[in-house]
Amino acid sequence: MTTFLTNVFAGLALGSTYALVALGFVVIYKSTGVINFAQGGLLALGAYLGYTFADNLAIAFAVSILLACAAAAIVGASVERLVLRRMVGQPPFAVIMITIGLLFVIEPLITAIWGFDNLPLANPWNIQTVEVGGLVLGVRDLWTIGITAAVVVAFFLFFRYTRMGLAMRATAFDPEAALAQGISARRVYATSWAIAAALAALAGITLAAGPGGLSPSISFIALAAFPAMILGGLDSPAGAVLGGVIIGLAEALTRGYQDQLFSWAGANVSLIVPYLLMIVILLIRPYGLLGTKDVRRI
Amino acid sequence: MATVPVLSVNNLEVVYDDVVLVLRGLSLDVPDGSIVALLGANGAGKTTLLRAVTGLLVAHRGKITKGTVTVGGDDLTGADPADVVRRGVAQVMEGRRIFAEMSVEDNLRAGGHSRKRAEYREDVTRVYDLFPLLAQRRRGTAGYLSGGEQQMLAIGRALMARPKLLLLDEPSLGLAPRLVEQVRDIVVQINGQGTSVLLVEQNAVMALSIASYGYVLEVGKVVRDGPAAELLDDEDIREFYLGSTPDSGRRSFAEVKSYRRKKRWSA
Repeated sequence: MTTFLTNVFAGLALGSTYALVALGFVVIYKSTGVINFAQGGLLALGAYLGYTFADNLAIAFAVSILLACAAAAIVGASVERLVLRRMVGQPPFAVIMITIGLLFVIEPLITAIWGFDNLPLANPWNIQTVEVGGLVLGVRDLWTIGITAAVVVAFFLFFRYTRMGLAMRATAFDPEAALAQGISARRVYATSWAIAAALAALAGITLAAGPGGLSPSISFIALAAFPAMILGGLDSPAGAVLGGVIIGLAEALTRGYQDQLFSWAGANVSLIVPYLLMIVILLIRPYGLLGTKDVRRI
Repeated sequence: MATVPVLSVNNLEVVYDDVVLVLRGLSLDVPDGSIVALLGANGAGKTTLLRAVTGLLVAHRGKITKGTVTVGGDDLTGADPADVVRRGVAQVMEGRRIFAEMSVEDNLRAGGHSRKRAEYREDVTRVYDLFPLLAQRRRGTAGYLSGGEQQMLAIGRALMARPKLLLLDEPSLGLAPRLVEQVRDIVVQINGQGTSVLLVEQNAVMALSIASYGYVLEVGKVVRDGPAAELLDDEDIREFYLGSTPDSGRRSFAEVKSYRRKKRWSA
């Protein structure tokens, strides 16, 4: 039982990271209709910025997180402003190719500045643990889950109740009708990119504070968050969070019971589980768990 | 001219995709406080004219290549859609285009996006007074309203911007005759509250019955204009847009001499 709960806990922590990244994918997809493949690059950039603030400039860790998110948001909004805005009205295919190009530009940029070495991100959590009822929980994992939960709630309140959130929902549903209401599509696009980049940076920092440390390959996590987004439904923020948690749990549980249950499948089977899960769920619900079927009067 | 018209379009030319010339030197005026009807068959350029006024041409790869659009005397040619709304021009788009997944109230909130937060209460009360039915269903999902209710919502949403000029694109499209009457009454009522209206319609009888002036569009040009009553009595208009024959009897297709009469004023 303890093993199971430990695995579930690890899964929730991993799932939180996936949820943040997937939420970033969904925010951009919903408002601009484009899947942002550069999300992993933004995540790595945010993590490295966090490293610079916390280690090189010796700023308090909590402040570093905020600064890194803010800096990433500015980068995200600038990318939208300088590159993607010129592509408004062009076919989505072209825009998606541009985001892939961006990914390949951001990665060398990161290695040029910070190098290839694995950097330790100074953080107050390290490998401390707390024991709750015989269960050993990592402090970092607890914080990751807590911060993610807070951010997700804040995001949903923003999306549901603020003017900008409403403008984003309207633009997502019908861009032209939103324009006709005097909603500035540019502001919506830029805000979406800023939010997505900030979420990615947050995911990047919590991940870099973990045992893996900080290396350029951290951006691959975005690929693993991909099934989370698809599984939850491409256009559903709630689905992204749910998908993230499901994928995280599935991955952690497979890893935890690797020796007992999956030894026949070879090592690292946990890495393909997210994709298997995605395929199975898409077969049953092609629009994802919470993706929208059109609301339509018949 | 005594007063400045609320909308004045001069010699407007619009091109889609750099090649397709849709408006060819179109001019019209909407005097302050009036209802003006814009008639024309499919593809005449009615919707394009509205897009040119509201700045929505961008979304369709269209461009104004000549001419001007002025609102209340200010030049708004090619302005940003958000600016146009702030200057007091709101549009009810063809096909209603409500935000079906959102609640009725959120639709109205979106319509009031250009207004200050403090004015929201007052604006929404005004709309609910005009459409009590929307007030009843404010929490309901907009997509589940009936067609007529959706049209009311679309009009209410546009009114949330407190426009001095309301552009209505085919508000009677797809509605039952009784609902068409209701829409007509609403338009009159809105106009009575001081909002000028440019009414684009295929339903010429409805449009001309409440408008003070009318324009007839054909292939991107105004081919006929005049006081609404005059247009209603015009024999050609009656035949081409109202579907009645000159002697108002049944038409015998055995004597199809009428083809001789010029069916287009342009050309």
